[in-house]
Amino acid sequence: MSFVSDLKGYVNPNYFTKPVNLFDFSKEFLIKLLKKMVLIRFIEEEIGNLILSSDIKCPCHLAIGQEAIAAGISENLTCKDKVFGNHRSHAHYLAMGGDIYQLIAEVFGKIDGCSLGMGGSMHIIDREKGFQGSVPIVGGTIPIAVGAALAAKFDKKNHIAVTFFGDGACEEGILHESLNFASAYDLPVLFVCENNLYSSHLDIKIRQPSDMVSRFAHAHKISSNVIDGNNIIEVVSQSKKMIEFIRKEQKPAFLEAVTYRWRGHVGPDENIDVGVRRSQKDLAAWKNRDPIKRLKEAMVENKSLTEISYKTIESDIRKEIHEYIASAKKSEFPPDENLKNLVYSA
Amino acid sequence: MKKLVKYSDAIRFGFEYLLSNYQEVFTIGQGLWSPWYVGNSMKELEVKFGKHRIIDSPVSEAGITGAAIGASLCGYRPIVIHPRMDFMILAADQIVNQAAKWSHMLGGRSNPKITIRSVINRGGEQGAQHSQALHAWYAHIPGLRVVMPATVQDARDLLISSVLCDDPVIYIDDRWLYEREEEISDIEIVDLKNIKPKILKNGSDLTLVSSGYSTLLCLETAEKLKNENIHCDVIDMRVINPLDVNIILESVKRTKKLCVVDGGWAACGLAGEIIASVVESIEPNVLTHKPVRITLPWAPAPMSRSLEKIYYPDVNYIHNKIKTNFINK
Repeated sequence: MSFVSDLKGYVNPNYFTKPVNLFDFSKEFLIKLLKKMVLIRFIEEEIGNLILSSDIKCPCHLAIGQEAIAAGISENLTCKDKVFGNHRSHAHYLAMGGDIYQLIAEVFGKIDGCSLGMGGSMHIIDREKGFQGSVPIVGGTIPIAVGAALAAKFDKKNHIAVTFFGDGACEEGILHESLNFASAYDLPVLFVCENNLYSSHLDIKIRQPSDMVSRFAHAHKISSNVIDGNNIIEVVSQSKKMIEFIRKEQKPAFLEAVTYRWRGHVGPDENIDVGVRRSQKDLAAWKNRDPIKRLKEAMVENKSLTEISYKTIESDIRKEIHEYIASAKKSEFPPDENLKNLVYSA
Repeated sequence: MKKLVKYSDAIRFGFEYLLSNYQEVFTIGQGLWSPWYVGNSMKELEVKFGKHRIIDSPVSEAGITGAAIGASLCGYRPIVIHPRMDFMILAADQIVNQAAKWSHMLGGRSNPKITIRSVINRGGEQGAQHSQALHAWYAHIPGLRVVMPATVQDARDLLISSVLCDDPVIYIDDRWLYEREEEISDIEIVDLKNIKPKILKNGSDLTLVSSGYSTLLCLETAEKLKNENIHCDVIDMRVINPLDVNIILESVKRTKKLCVVDGGWAACGLAGEIIASVVESIEPNVLTHKPVRITLPWAPAPMSRSLEKIYYPDVNYIHNKIKTNFINK
């Protein structure tokens, strides 16, 4: 098979490992970004542990290693924008400010969950925060986000829609229908592909002739950009430009953020024995391109953070999550009548 | 005030009512600016309401259906048009996996308020991919509502009730009904949840059940049987998901005979489901005869007119079946 790596350096884990350039972002803003990413990572880690201890049973697709994309893009969105996720969406939900306790309770399948314990990890929602829902059918929410953009266009209030999907979804026909319609009808939607180079167990190399999925945007005359998804400053800056463009021009845009997931397709396992390229060596290299570490080290270097204050951030977040987990364990399962009561609207 | 109206015009009156009174209603699908796709049923709506609300779409059944779902989650009440049910299969993921499940799997936090209008358009040597009646598929799915208007009044009123309902609704009309003319009364808004099957004709000898175009066949068959002093209850299902057979139970307790006519196939179909739902709710000695279902032959729709003639059940076929199974027995 003729495969060409158009992403070149972006997929080399030995590049982009240095502390990120902080430009003139304020200390407060940088700490906010750091806390957001740590929160996402720690929740994902805790969920992974709870799967191993059999406290959590539902399939959980963890985004450890990919935190910067959701955390960075959400900085340029408001709760009036319409954000849609996929099977791996804890990060998207949390980045938008989705209720932490309700997410944990949902993963436990409890009534206190954001979906009343009806959805679990793969079906989460917090509409007040702009997170309109996630579902696991690959590419499932892409046209739905395009429809939310159509609604936003009708509303004329300058809101936009965002859909997060992976490189696997770019192999679904629905992406192309959605790109075509969004482009032909000038709809304000940001397509975000978190290209982590794997769909389930399979390397993009043996699924597509190129690893650069934003080539599909080009075919539909949608402006696109490729970024290092593990550099949160780049994510914030580049998505800001794109989102401003979408709001101003009322046109779609496509952001390809290259990243890597540290864990397997589903569950806490590292999945180093699958695919044609995913080796322990690659994984170790990618862990060195850690978005949290790169931000933290840059902040320590420019003295906006100390090792001690970072440890405090970590322990505060860890403590908060543990409290939520304890409460979620105590929460009730959904009442039996909800099985039939929620099939149709009330 | 009653007035004489054609079925296809009644559909258009439904659209006009909705588009005039509800700014959140818009419609999207293929062929909306063309006379080829949905006959007179949407004629010149784009002139009256503007092309921004009557959107003729790219050839993307799944993408457009998904987009309508998305708009429905953001305050709108879109009506998606699939001028032939066969092509709607391309949108099945969005209908079955998304629209039908969104409420349940997200704990009722989000309801797709979407109506999907699908047209059964058979005959005329169109062949296997332009002729299917797949209503039973969608009746199989919890979370969807499925309506099949048979009468002119229902063509308009069920459309209005569907669009004003907060659930995803599949509204299925049939091109073979478009020229049907009836008197209809003024619009009264009825909650779709309260719309039940209806007895269109009363009789004590046989219960005939159907939906959509098959109801017209049943009414005509009942008329023919009446001349032979055989009187039928003709029950029009109107809503086939969720299925409500209570009125059929009442009827068969009187007639003791049940025949279901359906424009789909027999296997795992609507006719079988209705019969099963009835017989499991009555005592074994209620029916004096085995229930009968009249459906399509077990083959895709043929092209050639000679085969089309034997493929679709008509009044004579239904009449003969009834005579053989219930009367001469």
